[in-house]
Amino acid sequence: MTTLLALPYWQETGIKLGLALAIIPTTSLILVYLFLFKMMAFMQSRLGPNDTGPYGTLQLIAEAIKFLQKEDIHPAQADRRVFRMAPVVVLASTFLLYVVLPAGPDAVVQNLDTGVFYAMAVSSISVLGILMAGWSSANKYALLGGLRAAGQLIAYELPLILAVMGVVIQAETLNLQGIVEAQATGEIFGFGGIGNPFILTQFLAFLIFMIAAQAELTQTPFDMPVAETELVGGFHIEYTGFRFLLFFMAEFGTAFAFAALASVMFLGGWWIPGFDVDDNILNVLGPGVMLGKILLIAFFIFWVRFTYPRLREDQLQKFAWKVLIPLALVNIVLTGIFKVVF
Amino acid sequence: MPQLPGLIKGLGVTAKTAGRTLFPKRGWKTLIPAPQKGAVTVQYPHEKEAPPERARGVIALHEENCTACMLCSRSCPDWCIYIEGHKVKAPPRREGGKPRTVNMLDRFDIDYALCMYCGICVEVCPFDALFWTPEYEYSEPRIADLLHDKDRLGEWMDTVPDFLDYEPGSEQKVRKVPR
Repeated sequence: MTTLLALPYWQETGIKLGLALAIIPTTSLILVYLFLFKMMAFMQSRLGPNDTGPYGTLQLIAEAIKFLQKEDIHPAQADRRVFRMAPVVVLASTFLLYVVLPAGPDAVVQNLDTGVFYAMAVSSISVLGILMAGWSSANKYALLGGLRAAGQLIAYELPLILAVMGVVIQAETLNLQGIVEAQATGEIFGFGGIGNPFILTQFLAFLIFMIAAQAELTQTPFDMPVAETELVGGFHIEYTGFRFLLFFMAEFGTAFAFAALASVMFLGGWWIPGFDVDDNILNVLGPGVMLGKILLIAFFIFWVRFTYPRLREDQLQKFAWKVLIPLALVNIVLTGIFKVVF
Repeated sequence: MPQLPGLIKGLGVTAKTAGRTLFPKRGWKTLIPAPQKGAVTVQYPHEKEAPPERARGVIALHEENCTACMLCSRSCPDWCIYIEGHKVKAPPRREGGKPRTVNMLDRFDIDYALCMYCGICVEVCPFDALFWTPEYEYSEPRIADLLHDKDRLGEWMDTVPDFLDYEPGSEQKVRKVPR
């Protein structure tokens, strides 16, 4: 990898930190506006927010300002310190996810050798935050929501990781940049024009990854933890104002990050056919390509979200343990066999 | 996987609805997104929907018919009707008769912050003083302004629609709205 600019460590870190602070709220803004507001509205034959700014683009800013004005309320029985920490823990897991997401040969906060492992480990910290929120709220619905979230996220962490294993075996590396490179230099039956995006060879893993990510993000067919009709909002029932905003931002920031992970591991990441893998121009074009792929993946996530009704708790667990995990194991075995044979 | 065709069909339904909403035009114009035309919702402050003829929007009071009998006030489940009146002497009906006592209405308020639009007061009024009108735009920034006094309630009388004809063969006479 070539280095674009030679800066002292602290300057580089400062720039990266500032970028991350600007990018993460923007990502959730984009997802909420494009999909939650507009696409959902069109799928229900209505217009969505339309009056705030051109085509309602500033609606979310208005909502954020509204949340900032609200009073910060703690329930009398709540465990105050844990109650205050919970949204921060959830948002921290989102921020940590962005550390390894690559958007170009050098456009990455930290290029870790164990990138995939790190991303999977860090994404499961949010379970802890959700459980903290549910437990400390001193509310039976919040507790039920927190416990459901814990059960669900643990059940779906497994197929998620097992699905990623297939990609890792094929790419022979845990490094996310290495995975992009492996796809860029790969060949489909001797034809290397578009590289070898792993969605072709690992289609089963891609499906399992997307389903498990849907559950991990608690999006609708798997949204028992927040089930507003039975749990009136689940773990964030007692949160108001800015703390609720943190949960909200974390939800969509994580959705964006998971879409980015999927596009890195299955769609070829930032690489554009016809360029060298470490071409400097990809640092500029890469983020755009990544954004397009992320929006495509996010479109599928939210399409599924707006189409299906909620599963029951037992159906959810059955689906994870009886269908997804065996399938993921089969995928690992098949990938291993093909890796050894070819 | 017997559920799979249904799941895919569901995705198709939502996608088709989104497409129809975003691209409602036919022919070559299909490519121009026009969600304003495709959406089935009425964009309320910009365009208004005509309410149904017998919609329960607001209650109008025909003050001359009211005798301050308090029936509406007593039957109101929310106790949102406030009536005050006093008795006055009126000239006798026939020559040489005794002077009558008549109830005069001083105050007739309906608090629309409390009203639940059940219509019991309109049903129970024996003197045809209360009527439904389909007007619905009377929200206020201050909740106290939702208390409509008898002048305000009287203004609504202009918007009361005529009663609909009964079905053919009915022997009942259609009620008339006092104008």
